[in-house]
Parts: sequence; structure tokens; C-alpha cells
Amino acid sequence: MKTTETPAPLPAESGATVSKIDVPVPGPAGKKREGGVLNVFSHGVLIIWAIMVVTPLLWAVMTSFKSDSSIFSSPWSLPDHLHFDNWSRAWTQANMSDYFLNTVLVVGGSLIGTLVLGSMAAYVLARFDFPGNRFIYYLFVGGMSFPIMLALVPLFYVVNNMGLLNTIHGLILVYIAYSLPFTVFFLTAFFRTLPTSVAEAAFVDGASHTRTFFQIMLPMAKPGLISVGIFNFLGQWNQYMLPTVLNTDPDKKVLTQGLVQLAVSQGYKGDWSGLFAGLVMAMLPVLGAYIVFQRQVVQGLTAGALK
Amino acid sequence: MQHGKYRFIVGFLALPLGLYALFVVWPFIQSIYYSFTDWTGLSPEFKMVGFDNYTRMIHDDIFWKSLEHSLLFALVLPLVTISLALFFAFMINVGGRRRRGGPAISGVRGSSFYKIVYFFPQVLSIAIVALLFAFAYNPDSGAINSILRGIGLGSVQPLWLGDPSLALWCVMAVLVWSTVGFFVVLFSAGMASIPTELYESALLDGAGRAATFFRITLPLLWDTVQSGWVYMGILALGAESFAVVQIMTTGPGGPDYSTTVLVLYVYQKAFRDGQAAYATTIGVALLVVTLAFAAIVMRLGRRERLEF
Repeated sequence: MKTTETPAPLPAESGATVSKIDVPVPGPAGKKREGGVLNVFSHGVLIIWAIMVVTPLLWAVMTSFKSDSSIFSSPWSLPDHLHFDNWSRAWTQANMSDYFLNTVLVVGGSLIGTLVLGSMAAYVLARFDFPGNRFIYYLFVGGMSFPIMLALVPLFYVVNNMGLLNTIHGLILVYIAYSLPFTVFFLTAFFRTLPTSVAEAAFVDGASHTRTFFQIMLPMAKPGLISVGIFNFLGQWNQYMLPTVLNTDPDKKVLTQGLVQLAVSQGYKGDWSGLFAGLVMAMLPVLGAYIVFQRQVVQGLTAGALK
Repeated sequence: MQHGKYRFIVGFLALPLGLYALFVVWPFIQSIYYSFTDWTGLSPEFKMVGFDNYTRMIHDDIFWKSLEHSLLFALVLPLVTISLALFFAFMINVGGRRRRGGPAISGVRGSSFYKIVYFFPQVLSIAIVALLFAFAYNPDSGAINSILRGIGLGSVQPLWLGDPSLALWCVMAVLVWSTVGFFVVLFSAGMASIPTELYESALLDGAGRAATFFRITLPLLWDTVQSGWVYMGILALGAESFAVVQIMTTGPGGPDYSTTVLVLYVYQKAFRDGQAAYATTIGVALLVVTLAFAAIVMRLGRRERLEF
């Protein structure tokens, strides 16, 4: 049996004595220098990783403005002049505009559907007692830990038999279904934390269950919907596996697929600078959205892992 | 609140549950059933063959190879990613210079800057990240070998993805790169909620930074680390490893199947080779591995819960 190592100092005996002291560790000079060295060390390490994170992204942006020949001859040199034609070529000839539109349609539809259906199911599961409640809840939540790939083979034929293969709405329905486990799980917990009195008052006043839900509960659940919405937005925008299997029509491709397709076919066409422009185009909107909404993004994503 | 309650419940659950059952639950059940047939996926006819697919799997060298790679993904990837993330998060939250009159323990200046930047790769599609690094790894004109030449290591020009003994590690490195930031932010949030008195008294008792980390930070963060481990492991066995391996090492999955992981093998058998039944069999193996992994991590990681 394992026993836990408790941390040596306990809060009870330390808090009272220590927190009053102004300079908490009046240690010898050596100690102070240790703090300084550590500071330099930690900044050094942290900056190195920051550079490692940013460099590939900047390199991609820089490369998207270069000519094909200089991409290969000198990968790190600055572009001789800014080849904006790479970007326009990618947007029009390489179909980036179509991929973008498809992605916006699929993600927009899925996101709305996921939030509406997910909150409906979560509300019922959180607030009503009925036989089978627990079973349905665990049925949903269990889906979080299963490898999607196992289901993909039969899923392909289910979707195919329904005539939904290579359609935008088919992809939307599948995205919604695969987003439900986490969404239901997260929102069920959230609806449980909301006060019951408001909903009960509305019901006594003669509002139906449905009306109470849409007019009272849903607006109250807004913070939860935003968190889970961001989580789903990023997941669905970046989805690669589902469209790769279910969506093979070149006209219906989403961004991730389209880019990979372009990269593969580049072997014959050789428009590498256009491909880089496409890559950066796909990167920038999400990075921009992240910088603007970074607090919500971080909350939305970390809420997903913590539970 | 009884009036019309059941009608309401059924009305609200029907659509989400229906979609979920049709597209998620039903395919899962079917795939286990298909693993006992000889279905090719191309024609509707098939017959039951009992455990034939499972016997075949046990004698399939490529299956064992991809299982080995998948296990490496599930063990090495979380270990490296989470260790790095803990290290960075500790540096961000505890590695700061002691300011006069300030708390004994403080974060570095610009800690929020680091957290924002580290998170960048997390919001990008793993497919885009994989494409980007496939270029960077290119042995002749890629960015990495070009740096090596630039700093005078022109003689060291690995083939990276083209080298069977390196390819798997290159692919893993990309996943580490893209996931570390997420865990830095996650662990930072946990560390920020640990009361500073704990650190202060530890420092008074003469504990160094390493001791503080292992005796205070890590035990108090253990729950988060553990759920992060399971989360990362499931990703590494599933969707994420599929995208990087499929995109970066095209063809059979790396030179000589050197990077094939279970998910990719399922995909290839089903959609390239027209062996749907055998693919679902490997899928069942993948399911078993995933569940076993989660169970083992939860079991081994069980500690007494520390409250603060």
C-alpha cells in the first residue's frame, strides 16, 4: 500500500508566524544570489521555449512571401520582395476560398447544433428525475474515452447508407454527435450549479418547461455555453480525422483536408509558395481569435481537461 | 412541476440521443460485431468467421509493430510533455526574483506573456502543424538541416522522417511541441492556487527549489497531473497520432512501417486495403489498449487526496 508523503511544513503551524514578516527569508547573502541566478536561469529556459514555439510560425509567414526557388535554395533568408501573388494564387487557384467557406459552413452549423442539442440534453439530465437518467448520462459521458477510429469504419457505411456521404449537412450531423459527450458532460455539471428558484417561479407563473428553458435557463447558462462553445469551435475547426473519412469529394473539402490534399499534389504542381500562403491563411484566423479571446479560450480548453 | 414532464423530457432528449446513438453508439457496437466476420467493406455480403480475424492479428507482424509504436506514444509522449510542462510552469510561477518586501515565492516577470505564447500551437489544427513540420524536416531544403548547416554542423544532416530509426521520434517531437503549452497553462492555474505560506515556510526550513517542487507542488498538483496524463494518453493513442503520422510520413506510414500506429493501421486496412472486418478487429485491440491505459494510470496514480 502506498502512503502519501505529506509536505513537510503544514499551513497551520507556519501561516501565523511567517506571513507577518516583511522580508520573508532574511537568509545570508548566498541565498539572495541564489534567487538571482534562478531568475536568470528560469528566464533563459522560458525564453528558449518561447523562441522554439514562435520560430516555426514566423518561418511559415516569412516563407509564404517568398518565391519558390528561394524557398528551396535558402530556407532562412528573408524574401527578396514580398510576393503577395502567392496569397492571391492560393486564395483563388488553390481553392482556399472554397475550403474556407466549407469550413465556416460546417463549423457554424455544428457549433449551433452542438450547443442547442447539448444544452437540451444536459438540462433534462441535470434537472429532472426519471428512470434511466443515470444510464443515459453515462452513455453520453462514456463516449469521451473511446477511440473514434474504432467507430469510423461502420460509421462510414451508416453515413453512406443514409446518403449523407460527401455532404455538408452529413458532416454537420456527425460533428454534433461526436461533440455531444463532452458538451453534455460539461453542461450537466453547469446546470446543476444554477439556482432552481428562478425556473420554479417561472413555471408557477404558467410558463411551459420548454419556455422556461429557452427564456430563463439558457440565458443564465451563458458563461457555460461560451466555455464549451469555444472548446467545440476549436475542436471542430481543427477536425481532421472525421472529414478525411467521410468527405472525399474535392469540392466539399474543409480547410485541414484541403491543405493536406494540396501538399500531396504539390509533388506534381510545385507551387510551394502558394501552399505556404494557404497554410498561413488557415493559421491566422485561429491565432488572431486566440489572441483576442485568449482568456476565454484558455478557460474553455482547460475546463475540458480538468474534469 | 409534474405537468407534461415526461413529454418534455422525451421531446428534449429524443434528438440529441438519437444522433448520438446513430452515429456514435451504434457504429461502436457494429464494429465489435464486424470483427467476427469476413466483411470487406466493399460488398454487402459477409459471413461469420469466429475468431479468425483475431488469430490473424496475433500473427501479423505489422500489428505488433504498430502496437509497439502506439504504446510508445502513450507512455513516452505524456511523460515528456508533462515533465516539460511541469518544469516550465514551476519556472513561471516560482522561478521569479525575490523582490524586497514581496512574497518569498513569485512568478517571473512576464509570466502571462509566456503563457499566451506557449499556448499558440494548441489552437492550431494538428493537421496544419504536421504539414509545417513536414517541410521543416525536409533533409535537403528543410529549415532544420539548414540551421544545422548554418551553425557549422553541415556534416550532420539527418534524413529525419526518411530515417526509419528517427522518424517516430520526429513525429513525437511535433506532438510535444504542440501540446506542452496547454499543460503549462493548466498546471500554472493549479500552482497559482497553492497558498504561498506553504512555500514560505518551506524556504524558512531551508528547503531548496527542487525540494519545494517535489514535496509541495507536485503532491498538491497530483490530481491535475493524473487527469492530464490520461487525457494526453488517449489523444496520443487516437486522433492526434493519426493526423501527424498520416500527414508527415506518407506512404505505408514511415519507411518500412517505422511509424505506423494502431489508428493509422485501422485506417489503412479499412479504407486502403478493403479489409473492413480486419480493421475493426485492430480497432477492438486499440479500444482494449486505451481502456487498459486509462485504468492503469488511474490505479497507479491513486494517492491520498491532499487538501489545502
